[in-house]
Amino acid sequence: MKKLLFVVALASISLVSCENDSDYLIIQNKGSDTLVNLAQAWAEEYRKLKPDVAVAVSGGGSGTGIAALINGTVDIANSSRRIKEEEREEARKNNGKDVNEFVVGMDALAVFVHPNNPITGLTLEEVACIYGEGGTCEYWHQVRNTQVPGCQGNKIIRISRQSNSGTYQYFREAILGKKHDLKLGSMDLNGSKEAIDLVEKTPCAIGYTGMGYLNPHVRALCLSKNANEPCIEPNIKNAVSKVYPIARELYMYTSGAPSEAIQDYINWTQSDRASEITLETGYTPAEKVKL
Amino acid sequence: MRNKLSTYFHRIFSERRLELLIEACGVSCIIFILAIFVFILKEAYPFLVSKFSFSEFFFSTEWHPASVVKIRYGTLALLTGTLFVTGLSMLMAVPLGLACAFYISEFCSPKMREFYKIVIEFLAAIPSVVWGFVAIMIVNPLLIKIFNIPVGLNILNASIILALMSLPLIISIGEDALRAVPETYREAAEAMGATRWEVATKVLVPAAKNGLMAAALLGVGRALGETMAVLMATGHAIQIPHSLFDPGRTLTATIAAELGESPKGGEHYQALFAIGLLLFLVSFTVNLTADYFIRGKKNV
Repeated sequence: MKKLLFVVALASISLVSCENDSDYLIIQNKGSDTLVNLAQAWAEEYRKLKPDVAVAVSGGGSGTGIAALINGTVDIANSSRRIKEEEREEARKNNGKDVNEFVVGMDALAVFVHPNNPITGLTLEEVACIYGEGGTCEYWHQVRNTQVPGCQGNKIIRISRQSNSGTYQYFREAILGKKHDLKLGSMDLNGSKEAIDLVEKTPCAIGYTGMGYLNPHVRALCLSKNANEPCIEPNIKNAVSKVYPIARELYMYTSGAPSEAIQDYINWTQSDRASEITLETGYTPAEKVKL
Repeated sequence: MRNKLSTYFHRIFSERRLELLIEACGVSCIIFILAIFVFILKEAYPFLVSKFSFSEFFFSTEWHPASVVKIRYGTLALLTGTLFVTGLSMLMAVPLGLACAFYISEFCSPKMREFYKIVIEFLAAIPSVVWGFVAIMIVNPLLIKIFNIPVGLNILNASIILALMSLPLIISIGEDALRAVPETYREAAEAMGATRWEVATKVLVPAAKNGLMAAALLGVGRALGETMAVLMATGHAIQIPHSLFDPGRTLTATIAAELGESPKGGEHYQALFAIGLLLFLVSFTVNLTADYFIRGKKNV
């Protein structure tokens, strides 16, 4: 009997100590599906750094995240669009606090070709002519009368991504707006790495990926909104200053000034290690964007 | 003590019970296949009764599940892609594979046989993603150079890769089938003055016919079901290929590429399961026809 009591006592002590162990801070983080993979990767890495802080990430879309922020059920809302004025207003009414905005990264797409291709830049209309449904550009000589050495028949080989990937959908929207589709018959690869590898080996090809994937074996094109505008090189500086035409900012929102732990986390997302993760997941770090 | 144990053992595992156990193992095989079929059907069912249109699904080449204009679920291009790639790869792999099996089993020295078997098993161990990279980085530029074509990811590339992938299977099974022919057959034929070539073609082929057929069919199954390598090697473009040098797309690759990013239970997700069902039916038909052929030939 005595022995049994001892065991029970031991068990209850260990239970209590377990409870103490699990007493860590949970940051609720919800929103944009574009950002969800990146936010997840950040959260995992941050957990290694600070085991007493857990960031719980879930998707659902930018609107869902902002709605949850207005209702006060999340600490950080992820969004791939800027918060609307009426959402800001509503949050102020509900929580009595202003919404704080942080730019945590950029979703910038680069359009690139094989190094043999003499073309250096395109307008968005020309990209739409190549990729868009109803676009008539099938051969390189239809685009600025280009002749590509080593490209049989001068045919344009379109490299794209599978149609439900975030990259595909943002590219479509940026090039064609919300009402048009991309042409079928493109090579829909299942990763940015594969897209780059294929263009590297194929003189006729043109492709697009997140800027972070670019390597010196392909030639990234500068893009302009139309023939009268200057052609903008795809680099982090131009993406951050928003002059590059197919880039959007990725945001995190908090209600009021964030608590110390949350501020620490958001600051950390701009650290060198976090920027590496940002690049690995295909996005561009928001370097030197004011926090 | 020992005696007691053994009677105890016999009481639990009586002849009858053991038979039942083994039978249950056999039946469970059928149950698993049925369960898979039911699972796929269940996931695809809401799509089949709502958005599914027979003529669009089977006769439209436009697979456009994320369209902002009009969502279309046509699988004709994917189905032809699968059939072309499988057919062409088998045209390459079956003759080559069976010839290899004959050489290894009948014509080469025992020492070389062991060496070849190790090399072939090694070939079978290469993961399919690696084959996919071989397709992009090596076969693609090679085809561009040799045939002077715009892009080297196409039906031909995928068929070459698939042929290489199914070769080890065809060779191993084919070789086993030839080894299984009793030595007395060979001895009898040689005693009657047959050359080694005559033994192979006139004695071994008829004797090992079913096994050789099975080798070819397992190759077809391998090619039909392969996912990752064809996803990368075909070019994954939605169109009906008009020549060997046109990119195409297969049913399996479409599921592999799109399932990960389509929300569970959504329409696109269900449509992908409908493709799974179609694939199930295609491979079922292939197996059934093959079975019919083997049985039919046996009776003649």
